[in-house]
Amino acid sequence: MKLIISPSPHIHSGDSIEKNMYGVLVALAPAWIVSLVYFGLGALIVTLLSVLSCVLFEYLIQRFLLKGKTTIGDGSAILTGTLLAFNLPSNLPAWIILIGALVAIGIGKMSFGGLGNNIFNPALVGRVFLLISFPAPMTDWPEPGFFPPTYTDAVTGATTLEMIKGHFGDLPAYSALLSGKIGGSLGEVSAIALLIGLIYMLWRKIITWHIPLSVIATVALFTGIMHGVDPALYAHPALHVLSGGLLLGAIFMATDYVTSPMTGKGMIIYGTGIGIITVVIRLFGAYPEGLSFAILIMNAFTPLINRYVKPERFKN
Amino acid sequence: MLKTFHIGGIHPPECKLSAGGKPVVLPVPGQVVIPLSQHAGAPAKLLVAKGDEVRTGMLIAEASGFISARIHSSVSGVVSKIDDVADAGGYRKQAVVIDVKDDVWEDAILREGQTLPTDDLPAEEIIERIKKAGIVGLGGAMFPTHVKLTPPPGCKADVLIINGAECEPYLTADHALMLEKSEEILTGVRLLMQACQVERACIGIENNKRDAIEKLSALAPHYPGVEIVPLKVCYPQGGEKQLIDAITGRRVASGALPISEGAIVDNIGTVFAVYEAIVRNKPLIERVVSVTGKQIKNPCNLRVRIGTPVRHLIEYAGGLPEDTGKIIGGGPMMGRALINADIPVTKGTSGILLIASQEAQRQSSRNCIRCAKCVAICCMGLEPNYLMNISEFKQWELMKKNRVMDCIECGSCSYTCPAHRPILDHIRMGKNEVRKQEARNA
Repeated sequence: MKLIISPSPHIHSGDSIEKNMYGVLVALAPAWIVSLVYFGLGALIVTLLSVLSCVLFEYLIQRFLLKGKTTIGDGSAILTGTLLAFNLPSNLPAWIILIGALVAIGIGKMSFGGLGNNIFNPALVGRVFLLISFPAPMTDWPEPGFFPPTYTDAVTGATTLEMIKGHFGDLPAYSALLSGKIGGSLGEVSAIALLIGLIYMLWRKIITWHIPLSVIATVALFTGIMHGVDPALYAHPALHVLSGGLLLGAIFMATDYVTSPMTGKGMIIYGTGIGIITVVIRLFGAYPEGLSFAILIMNAFTPLINRYVKPERFKN
Repeated sequence: MLKTFHIGGIHPPECKLSAGGKPVVLPVPGQVVIPLSQHAGAPAKLLVAKGDEVRTGMLIAEASGFISARIHSSVSGVVSKIDDVADAGGYRKQAVVIDVKDDVWEDAILREGQTLPTDDLPAEEIIERIKKAGIVGLGGAMFPTHVKLTPPPGCKADVLIINGAECEPYLTADHALMLEKSEEILTGVRLLMQACQVERACIGIENNKRDAIEKLSALAPHYPGVEIVPLKVCYPQGGEKQLIDAITGRRVASGALPISEGAIVDNIGTVFAVYEAIVRNKPLIERVVSVTGKQIKNPCNLRVRIGTPVRHLIEYAGGLPEDTGKIIGGGPMMGRALINADIPVTKGTSGILLIASQEAQRQSSRNCIRCAKCVAICCMGLEPNYLMNISEFKQWELMKKNRVMDCIECGSCSYTCPAHRPILDHIRMGKNEVRKQEARNA
């Protein structure tokens, strides 16, 4: 009999990179189902295209450029593709999606050495690249329907944040914001679906409360103060929290393992920073939505936060 | 709310397969191998030679320094050789090999049931008898107990903490002992309280041992100053610093000993050995060992003579399963993988655990995804992932600055890591290098 000799511990929790990645995908499922209901065929095409192209690009880069073992099985490329799709309008032309996937995977992830080494959230790198390269199609939002069989031919309208920013139109009812029957990126519309995902991830211990709570609380507090100062100029904090990509970003994008801080305290600093930058852009910037920029900016601060914010020691 | 330590911790599957069984006395084997280094500190000095006849309980090696402990023969028979024999760590060290003949005990040891009077024994006398009996920490660290009970000048203990947490998965030796020898243990606690002159003793027991908590709690009122403290089931509840924190809320500083916070910690097995030494004049020659594992036919707790090769324990429990990947001395989190089944049981062997090949095989390490789970579960508040990264770059000085020496090697980080990174291996390497550096500078 051949005995194995190795140092302790001799058992493992059974946790794996795959379990975490696929766990996040499960948490994204409710929001995806909602997007299929309201944006129909468009949502289906955009998601499939984004996921497939992300996986394909990762495979090609790993195989032919890095000449390493393929890593597409770990689920992170599927997750990047899904998150990228969730941040796109459901009528975005296919060729733009392909460019977004190439930038997300190629520049956002693989150029740094693949999973674990990237400093910016790959899906957001792709999304922001598209937003500043193709501003018109990226801000042309389909109106929600009921399983609409439309893709690029969808009827379009404005998002809640655009209405707030431009002071026009009738703001949607809170019930619409909760259920998701509003215009917007395909995965961001339903607050309830995203919150179900949050609860699932907290229960599975995939993420902790620190980042989502600090982002949401900061946005609520900051916009609450501004609303108190001038209700006519600044929208109600609940509207800010429930609209745009705030919940999607706070729950699924800001919590990306690789690009967020390691300690609870660090996560709260990071989340608070995201909240502040988001509100500053929303209220005073040129763009109606600033969450993507806020997360990318705080991604850049993550190494610094990790350096200076140490965990609570057993005894100081 | 159950008491627990304040940061980190994990909850691995408990797998207490051998729980509930009363310790069975394992027949004395034909030959025992008694290593001379069964304690922290200097190896004991040999007193016997090849061909000498020994009796059960006879002194065969004397303590050779302040931190060292006596060793007694656990059987009667003839010393067949003095040889270097592999121990649990895999290193060959000096040991006495005894061929067993009958089981003739030293006359001074009282039979079970007989007792010596213990009232009003002075502290020095108790400590002296503990020293003479060769008692060390039976939890696994094997630190000589008499040294622990003799605080350095200027330090005074005010609480005695008894570790009945048994937080390692699988192990049930302390649990079995608490159920079988409840009164003896409580008497032992009183004796230890006398020895370190404290008015208060707390026995911390994880809440998965309800029967032991209930039994001891019912008896405790007869033993003044002894409290039973149920603890949350959370690994590493039985870590010395964690246990003191959980029970008293006091936190022992980096590099400091429990006595700096007025605490002395002893394991349940140690307490029972103290009882036997004082009340029956019996040296430490046997202990309870859990023999367990998912593949094993008959998981059990055995009362085993020190020096018995683990092969005999495994045979008693149903034999070595075909598919055994690891034989572990101790628990799955902190135990050591033995190099073969001939390694003898020593004073610190709390369990023999068999793990099937598939579970024993480590999976290959992948990129750190910075999930931060290791930071969240570290019971000392360290950054295991960061320590591993800088260890790979041989940044020993930086590791020291990031408190690598605080690590208690509980293994929770490697256990938790979704990328299967060998975090603790690298932390150990760093600790080793820091120790070397400190020795050079000294």
